[in-house]
Amino acid sequence: MSQTDPQARSPNGPTDTEALPEATVLFAGDSGDGMQLTGSQFTLATAHAQSDLATLPDYPAEIRAPAGTTYGISGFQVHFGSGNVRTPGDAVDLLVAMNPAAVKVHLSRVERGGTVLINTDAFNDRGFKLADLDADPREDGTLEGYHVVEVELSKLTRKALSGTELSTQEMDRSKNMFALGLALWLFSRPTAPALEWIGEKFADKPEVREANRHVLKKGYHYGETTEQFATRYDVAPADLEAGTYRTIRGAEALALGLVAASDRSGLDLFYGSYPITPASDILHELSRHKNFGVMTFQAEDEIAAAGSALGASFGGQLGVCATSGPGLALKTETIGLATMTELPMVILDVQRGGPSTGLPTKTEQGDLFQALYGRNGDAPLPVIAPDGPADCFRAAYEACRLACTYMTPVILLADVYLANGSEPWKLPKAADLPPFEVDFATAPNANGHAGDGSNSDAHVNGKKNGEAAFLPYRRSGETLARPWARPGTPGLEHRVGGLEKEAETGDVSYDPANHQHMTDVRAAKIQRVTRDLETPEPYGGGAENADEGDLLVTAWGSTRGAVETAVDRLRGRGLAVSSLHLRHLWPLPPGLADVFARFERHLVPEQNNGQLARLLRDEFLLDFRPFGKVQGQPFTSGEIVEKAEAMIS
Amino acid sequence: MPPGFGDGAGGDGSADGEPALSRKDFQSDQDVRWCPGCGDYAILSAVQRLLPELDAEKAEHVFVSGIGCAGRFPYYVDAYGMHTIHGRAPAIATGLKASRPELKVWVVTGDGDALSIGGNHLIHALRRNVDLQILLFNNEIYGLTKGQYSPTSERGKVTKSSPYGSIDAPFNPVRVALGADASFVARTMDRDPQHMKAVMEQSYDHSGAAFVEIYQNCNIFNDGAFFEFTEKETKPERALFLEDGRPMTFAEGAKGLRLDGLGLEVVDLENDRWSVADCLTHDASDEMLAELLGRIFWDDPDVNGDDQKLPRPFGVIYQTERPTYGDLLHTQIEGITEKKGTGDLDALLREGDTWTVGG
Repeated sequence: MSQTDPQARSPNGPTDTEALPEATVLFAGDSGDGMQLTGSQFTLATAHAQSDLATLPDYPAEIRAPAGTTYGISGFQVHFGSGNVRTPGDAVDLLVAMNPAAVKVHLSRVERGGTVLINTDAFNDRGFKLADLDADPREDGTLEGYHVVEVELSKLTRKALSGTELSTQEMDRSKNMFALGLALWLFSRPTAPALEWIGEKFADKPEVREANRHVLKKGYHYGETTEQFATRYDVAPADLEAGTYRTIRGAEALALGLVAASDRSGLDLFYGSYPITPASDILHELSRHKNFGVMTFQAEDEIAAAGSALGASFGGQLGVCATSGPGLALKTETIGLATMTELPMVILDVQRGGPSTGLPTKTEQGDLFQALYGRNGDAPLPVIAPDGPADCFRAAYEACRLACTYMTPVILLADVYLANGSEPWKLPKAADLPPFEVDFATAPNANGHAGDGSNSDAHVNGKKNGEAAFLPYRRSGETLARPWARPGTPGLEHRVGGLEKEAETGDVSYDPANHQHMTDVRAAKIQRVTRDLETPEPYGGGAENADEGDLLVTAWGSTRGAVETAVDRLRGRGLAVSSLHLRHLWPLPPGLADVFARFERHLVPEQNNGQLARLLRDEFLLDFRPFGKVQGQPFTSGEIVEKAEAMIS
Repeated sequence: MPPGFGDGAGGDGSADGEPALSRKDFQSDQDVRWCPGCGDYAILSAVQRLLPELDAEKAEHVFVSGIGCAGRFPYYVDAYGMHTIHGRAPAIATGLKASRPELKVWVVTGDGDALSIGGNHLIHALRRNVDLQILLFNNEIYGLTKGQYSPTSERGKVTKSSPYGSIDAPFNPVRVALGADASFVARTMDRDPQHMKAVMEQSYDHSGAAFVEIYQNCNIFNDGAFFEFTEKETKPERALFLEDGRPMTFAEGAKGLRLDGLGLEVVDLENDRWSVADCLTHDASDEMLAELLGRIFWDDPDVNGDDQKLPRPFGVIYQTERPTYGDLLHTQIEGITEKKGTGDLDALLREGDTWTVGG
């Protein structure tokens, strides 16, 4: 809110309305306070107001941590604006703090001069003690320099519901609606979407439904009548491309991408999954779409989740599984089997803080090496990383398409921030999705001996010379993929397995030269994926000559928004800094060496301790400087700006 | 004929000219590489004799195996096959069968594969009642890794990894299967091809997860582990062949098994005290009876008593009908599809709150 619009709108009632290009709101409270819900509803209203937006839900691993404690704080940050919004916001303009712990945890995110709305009913000695505070932050100087708005959220909510049959406890559950109503008023967002949502959510609990609606409206009206706000704000609709939009969370987008892949390919989706935070949301979403022929299988463990998916793939279906870091470790051997048997399979990894159990609800990009290298033997496979919540749809679709085209397992690396975050998504039309056709083998592809001359005396499957035979490892010249023959197809009976395969016949082979050949050809096949990839363009914030300069910031996955926002700011300061975003981590897209050569220096920010930087050094022998952040929180653009400036000054 | 045991019965299925396919049609071109004399040969032969007689096309059969000597089985059967990773065959087969319910899916596994590294997948496939035929080759030893004690090796067994005797208690595979609520539990032996084939056929006919434990001799690392039950000198006294509706007699009718309280007792049918009428009649649908039969194992004094050895039961110990995983999965999908209509992707993408910009 620091950049105010001089053309502020005319006064609206007793309060002035000021137009802002963008704003960031953070709701924070106990994990039982309904902060995720409040944030989601604020997001929905903001989407209806046609802002561009990005969100950052941030909650503890514990389901209901003790109330009032700092470790029980659940937050939901929404950044919205009339321009291009690519991050959940570096600095918060409004913090809604349901208790002192929320102030303690999140005040550092609030811009100096920003607004802190506190629920004074929780600001008492008990609240300070629970938050491990020695004094009232309103009195000890903590909140100096901020615009503090004190609201008796609990009391006002109880008062609003005084005529109802609800118990005090039930009344108190609605106080987040009061806060929501007030926040909606403050930023001139519509109340209709939330009112409608409440109507649906509590359709069969009329009392609760009416209570929540009433409290929300009371919160909104409180804004109008209180004199605590000198100004209310508005953010004009964003200049989005024409089209139909919805807000989408990354986890939903992944699920929809899989359903779309199944729909367009004609393959039935078989989704094997073992519950794990934060990947379970994909299972929940897919379980709802059985009328698309989606089979969801909640397996006994991570290994069975992967195994069942691979079994379905052998059967000619679209075998997919999803997990997070520790689960990916357990799936490793099955992924190796998919590599050896050359069967399509898609593994979604929603990365979280590691190693081991790590930080189950916090974001990280620590599984890149595990995805690239985490198998015994030489077992390369395509690795894709979506760059935003909406891109999860396209990436999941693409992962399925590559898996079936190249007969290989594909790993998609999402992360907590992508899966839980949301943004507006311009809806594609099914018919406009990239074509996805699967050609199953239906007839023998050889005569009774291997056709390459090297093995001409070998009988194939007991067939005599000249008799039709099926060679399960005879490859397409174009993609190097082997044919996919569904069990049940007469005449194509064949065996696959984890033992090394003889070229063409697929028979077990311990021949040294054959193992060398097969290892090489499996790697060459994965390299063929580059045929489908384009050289990414450096981003220079609209500057001319963006494809050359002093510094190139190369990133992958969910950091794109922060990196490109940083580039905008750096370019704004006249610095020749561009960024390059990699959606494909393996194989790398073609033409990167030329792109890299046009920059003096290279910075690689990522949420690990330098995994992509090492990959790039290895591939290009250039001095890629790693910039790692592993704090469970996404990069702010400010952090990247600072680092970039330090490198070129 | 592979260099295994003679199988003592019939020729190719095609010998009488009736079946369209013969045993030979199910023999792949791969050299069978088990040790000469291995019990696996007889099992392979029984399967290859059975397959032509079944009501499925060759291309509909899929053999899925794990790791171990048994794991090589799919390479030798000319059908579809997948030699997977250690212990995971039931999980992989579950995905295959659930997504392609029309296929006939066989799981071939061993005692280490199924009961040690893959124990979890086995019990869950049984619990879910996935329509699989699970053939467990039990040789009570790790063969392919050259002779360590397995989860079915008896306590005290001296092996390379237990030179002073194993201190592990063995699993009784039949009881593991019963404990996991398998809907079909049977036991057979490699040295009785006719019995083996008949049991396999029953497992094929069963709708649901069919668990077949096959006593299989490893003549290299654990030779004679089951000779007590399989060799003609001791087999009559030590093996009880179960048949539904038939009294439980053995030793060529000289002995029988009767219920004594909540336990079992061997009775002499050649003195005047007991007759066949006193013996238990096998009823594979009787869960309690299956529990009793399942407990007949090694040196379990609770069952066997100190002084009497009960004969080991072979045949179908338990069988019940309940919905298979595939039936339930696809019935649910069909029901939802009927209710909600076949999925429309464009409608799905536009689900929920949408708004339109411009145009």
